[in-house]
Amino acid sequence: MSKARGALLTGEHFMNGDVAVAEGALAAGCTFFAGYPITPATEVSERMAERMPDVGGIFIQMEDEIASMGAILGGSWGGQKSMTATSGPGFSLMMENLGLGLMTETPCVLVNVQRGGPSTGLPTLVGQQDMMQARWGSHGDYEIIALAPNSPQECFDLAIDAFNLSETYRLPVLMMMDEVVGHMTERVSIPGPEKIKLAPRRLTDRPPSEYKPYETGQDLVPSMVEVGKGYRIHITGLTHDERGYPAVTAPVQQRMVPRLVEKIRHNAPQIVRYEEDGIAGADVVVISYGITSRVALMAVEQARERGLKIGHLRLIVVWPFPEARIRELASQIKGFVVPEINLGQMVREVERCAAGQARTLHVANAGGSVHDPADILKSIEEVLR
Amino acid sequence: MSDSGSKTQTAPPEPGIVRPAQQHPRDWLLRQDRLPHIWCPTCGIGTCVNSFVEAVHESGIPEEQFAIVSGIGCTGRVAGYVKLDSFHTTHGRAIPFATGLHITRPDLKVIVFSGDGDLVAIGGNHLIHAARRNIDITVICVNNFIYGMTGGQLAPTTPHDARTTTSPYGNYEYPFNVPHLVASCGAVYVARWTALHVRRMKRAMLEAIQKRGFSFVEIIAPCSTLYARKNRLGTGYDLMKFYHDNCEVQHGADTSELDIGFQTKITVGKFVDIEKPTFLDRIQAGQAKH
Repeated sequence: MSKARGALLTGEHFMNGDVAVAEGALAAGCTFFAGYPITPATEVSERMAERMPDVGGIFIQMEDEIASMGAILGGSWGGQKSMTATSGPGFSLMMENLGLGLMTETPCVLVNVQRGGPSTGLPTLVGQQDMMQARWGSHGDYEIIALAPNSPQECFDLAIDAFNLSETYRLPVLMMMDEVVGHMTERVSIPGPEKIKLAPRRLTDRPPSEYKPYETGQDLVPSMVEVGKGYRIHITGLTHDERGYPAVTAPVQQRMVPRLVEKIRHNAPQIVRYEEDGIAGADVVVISYGITSRVALMAVEQARERGLKIGHLRLIVVWPFPEARIRELASQIKGFVVPEINLGQMVREVERCAAGQARTLHVANAGGSVHDPADILKSIEEVLR
Repeated sequence: MSDSGSKTQTAPPEPGIVRPAQQHPRDWLLRQDRLPHIWCPTCGIGTCVNSFVEAVHESGIPEEQFAIVSGIGCTGRVAGYVKLDSFHTTHGRAIPFATGLHITRPDLKVIVFSGDGDLVAIGGNHLIHAARRNIDITVICVNNFIYGMTGGQLAPTTPHDARTTTSPYGNYEYPFNVPHLVASCGAVYVARWTALHVRRMKRAMLEAIQKRGFSFVEIIAPCSTLYARKNRLGTGYDLMKFYHDNCEVQHGADTSELDIGFQTKITVGKFVDIEKPTFLDRIQAGQAKH
């Protein structure tokens, strides 16, 4: 490539969320991308196909989303930061190998630009209907990390965080975007390299004779190795012991699966992230994420103009959910209002944490467009009645 | 699964050292601490592993430069017994995983070792596309005509009329001619042998390992516990005898004529051995133009 641009396009740009998430991944050092075309995530693949030669990386368009997810797991074990991007139907196909990534503790990033479902649904229109699939979509018990940007700028910023979290906690990290955030074009500031902090891969310092692939210390995250260095690791999706060997027994299962779950629960205080506005003294707190957070802001401002005490909490990391904070708020306020472009998903978490201490109202929207702020305002008034 | 902790060896032995009889002559390439394996007596997979470790040894390529990827099923367990960097993935998805591993580490020899159900049924789409792209990996497909791990069900390779637990009145379907499938998709090396042909199988594996591009070796192997029993074909010995009496070596045979019927002649040999730029070669050449 004669005009190689490098990984980091430092400067001011005007780009959509799909392009921004691709640029964020490149800024994080992503050098392998495997994907399959799907609206509204195709622009992520297209940007990666165009940009990979700039960073000496490889883009491959796989035969389906199952293969895309499989390929990035292989790419990650090959030692390169790897990503794929899809939308609902492809997200469903990726669930099997997402489980393999969780079981084998493979760092990588999966972008889901959500559209309306179920099934083929609304290919070009917005939804936030995969939030529970993100949490529970692959079979078996696990914990996941999922981020929900609400602007192209945040698509860029959180893509870097997603790679860092995936390397730090060794798991696939989900970028739960939505069609509007993916397709909206806004100003994106890409900083200089000195402003970007990258988490390195956790490589063992032990020699092969002393290394066990799934032995962990206090933070419950095992160290990896580079393949081809004589460690002769065995990695399997079967229930396995510290050596990585299959051990299909109840005692090993009851040691291994709780660790996979605990490595996220135990570290949740470091992972959880949200943004609060006007919480002190609020009677009602609106909880939102993704594009809905921007629509909710209008309703919050209108309510405040009417003299109501309204706080706004925006989830940035949606999984793990900020349970402790919601419990705390529930004991201080009258109620929560939770608008989402689905028929009731994250609201279940709010309700669970509120545990009857505060009313919880969901503002439903079956998808295809964002909320009318008036509907959110109506629910704010309803919860105060 | 054994957890006996028998001593393991990490390097080839010094010449002249006499090994105890119970050790495999290539035991440093096997995970001794995982033996005995789970395969039934007279299963053909062990023979394939034996030839494979021999081929790895003879290749002269340092062992740490190999990575082996398996899917799910009886043959899917191979990755767990071979002492190389090894990955036991999901059902049918060994090839996509191997594709990612190969692209990010083209210096490694990436081997996919799996069964006919895994590679040709659930993984069929990945198989044809990896062959089409000419991904520089080696696929070793142990074809025993049946799903062994789940108890003897119909495979896309089960010969017409053969009985399985899900074709109790005989298989009505047409089976895949696997060498023809991968050859027509662009594989640069295609061979078929049986578990009887241990030296030829080893040579084919060695050639496939050394080949640049998508190389494919099919090994017809006995499943005495399920396939032979369901079809009243006797023991593993009887199947090996059948191979002995009914295999016809025909190098360069027209791959469209390699169908396998129920207890019919099996054509074996090397069918394809051509040169073609690989996926990564083409990327490199294409990018140089821009």
